[in-house]
Amino acid sequence: MRTFFIILFLIFADISFASVIHVGKNEAYNSIHAALQKANTGDTIFINEGIYAEGEIKITKSVKLIGKNFPVIDGRNKSQVISVYVNHVLIEGFKIINGGYSSVYDWAGIKLVQCDSCIIRNNILINNNFGIYLQASANCIIANNKISSNNPDELLSGNAIHCWKSSYITIKNNDVSGHRDGIYFEFVINSLIQNNYSHNNVRYGLHFMFSHNNSFIKNIFQKNPSGIAVMYSHGVTMLYNRFEQNWGSAAYGILMKDISDSRVQKNIFRNNTVAIHMEGSARMLVENNEFISNGWALEVQASCNDNIFKHNNFESNSFDVGTNGTMQLNTFTENYWDKYEGYDLNRDGIGDVPYRPVSMYSMVIEQSPPAVMLFRSFLVGILDKTEKVLPAVIPEGLKDDKPLMKKIPL
Amino acid sequence: MSKIIKYIIIDLLRNKIVIGYTIFLLILSASIFNLGADSSKGILSLLNIVLIFVPLVSIIFSTIYLYNSSEFIELMLTQPLKRKTILLSEFAGVSSALLLGVFIGVGIPVIVFDGSNAGWWLIIAALFLTIIFVALAFWASVATRDKSKGIGISILLWFYFALIYDGLVLFILFSFSDYPLEKPMLAMCALNPIDLARIAILLKLDVSALMGYTGAVFQQFFGSSEGVLFVVCALIIWAVLPCWRAFTLFNKKDM
Repeated sequence: MRTFFIILFLIFADISFASVIHVGKNEAYNSIHAALQKANTGDTIFINEGIYAEGEIKITKSVKLIGKNFPVIDGRNKSQVISVYVNHVLIEGFKIINGGYSSVYDWAGIKLVQCDSCIIRNNILINNNFGIYLQASANCIIANNKISSNNPDELLSGNAIHCWKSSYITIKNNDVSGHRDGIYFEFVINSLIQNNYSHNNVRYGLHFMFSHNNSFIKNIFQKNPSGIAVMYSHGVTMLYNRFEQNWGSAAYGILMKDISDSRVQKNIFRNNTVAIHMEGSARMLVENNEFISNGWALEVQASCNDNIFKHNNFESNSFDVGTNGTMQLNTFTENYWDKYEGYDLNRDGIGDVPYRPVSMYSMVIEQSPPAVMLFRSFLVGILDKTEKVLPAVIPEGLKDDKPLMKKIPL
Repeated sequence: MSKIIKYIIIDLLRNKIVIGYTIFLLILSASIFNLGADSSKGILSLLNIVLIFVPLVSIIFSTIYLYNSSEFIELMLTQPLKRKTILLSEFAGVSSALLLGVFIGVGIPVIVFDGSNAGWWLIIAALFLTIIFVALAFWASVATRDKSKGIGISILLWFYFALIYDGLVLFILFSFSDYPLEKPMLAMCALNPIDLARIAILLKLDVSALMGYTGAVFQQFFGSSEGVLFVVCALIIWAVLPCWRAFTLFNKKDM
């Protein structure tokens, strides 16, 4: 009972001390700096419409900053715009523009340094070096922000949402474009990336390394020159994402390097140069995905093992699977391949002849890249056909023993 | 000269094979474009027809036609006409009839359904390949008196350009795989008009992104105005060279 009263008292104490501060032309304070100086922990600061160019705004008290009608906070290309150093901060409804560039510090539109339980939502960030930057933070939510930049330079540009050494982060419903990487994770664990739209970035739509047990759900990655790169992580879950039009000589739907024990399910890959490129990856489950009109649907290097490719649809891809060795330790089963020419005598929906998704020509290119000169020539067509009948060059083990006759409805 | 050309063209336009060829190409290209929603896929499907079928028909048809009109040529030779004029009229007649066929059969559907940059290259390639293979046919049929031998040489020539040459390229690639071969490949593709046409068209399509580093080197070269000039010059040389050879042989030939 005593503890209950203490808790009750603490709650009321918190509420009773928290006050509301207004910032604006005709309000008590006309600068955010002044308001922050007066504010106490737990206060709510409302900021009216207007342009606020006050240099870097450092938040060292747990306050709620709420913008009315998107007040503009201008970094005037000189400094970081907002930085947060405490827990329980809310930043909502701002238009944050022109964050500065520094070659020494990673300056951002909003930077969280060692923060816990902060919320950044409904903001518009334009032309900042880094957009939202999380450094050693936890339990933060970044939602409904629109982050864009127009810096075409890969070296001078920063990432839209950059997370470093953080955990339990939720990134939801953001629209990120024009930055170096759309979403960047390094040493981030147990986080969720959901419903984001990452498009037209300078390099990767999503880039993460050494980040374990994260989930990517229902995101759309479009027109990123290098696609998406996931590296050196395990326990990654990718569900219901769409990877589209990542087209170019160095573009991938997903580039997976040293990824293990992960799931890639129910995703759609359309018009990518390479839908999935896999290197040194193990124990992955690639299931119920759609691969449509890609250059290569899968590039599975010989360094991958124990991966399962099951119940996927492969349609109108130039090459279904490419590989660089004859050794194959992965399982392909019950996929639908539109190039399959076998038959089904007992009508159980499973083809009676195994399908070999690697074409002779893709092996030839792998061994001798200049052989692309013969791409789509008569000779290549004939070679592929002969190899289908009498396999000699293509990896013996890489085949789908149970190819499906009909497309899987997904 | 124009009279002879006119006579040959009129003769050829009534020829069932030329009419059939035109209609076949027209139906094929129109149906390819109507089948798929994506016109760049249509261009890819047409690519193989243009690269394989058009040269084959051009070379075989021209060879047979030239042998069949040997009596007509002999009659012309009794007239006060230069040998060069006679052969040139034959060449102009045969090639313009086939060019017309290709233009109606492939060109018009491509312009109507696609009209992209790649489409224009496809048409240019089809027209050039027609002229080149007619020229090769003239060379083959002037070089030999025997009809079956001439047709044999023509088929072999087509076979060489469509298939054997690519096999040789692949062989060279594997033999010298330790060396950077991107630049030599540029030269090697110029030695085969079919390859040259194929690469020029492919680089205009989306699929060029699949061609990796070599593709990038090709793109850099063929994308530049010098590259375009190079392609066009190489194709012209391919048309002129066998023609010139045919003319010198024909001038010396003992009828």
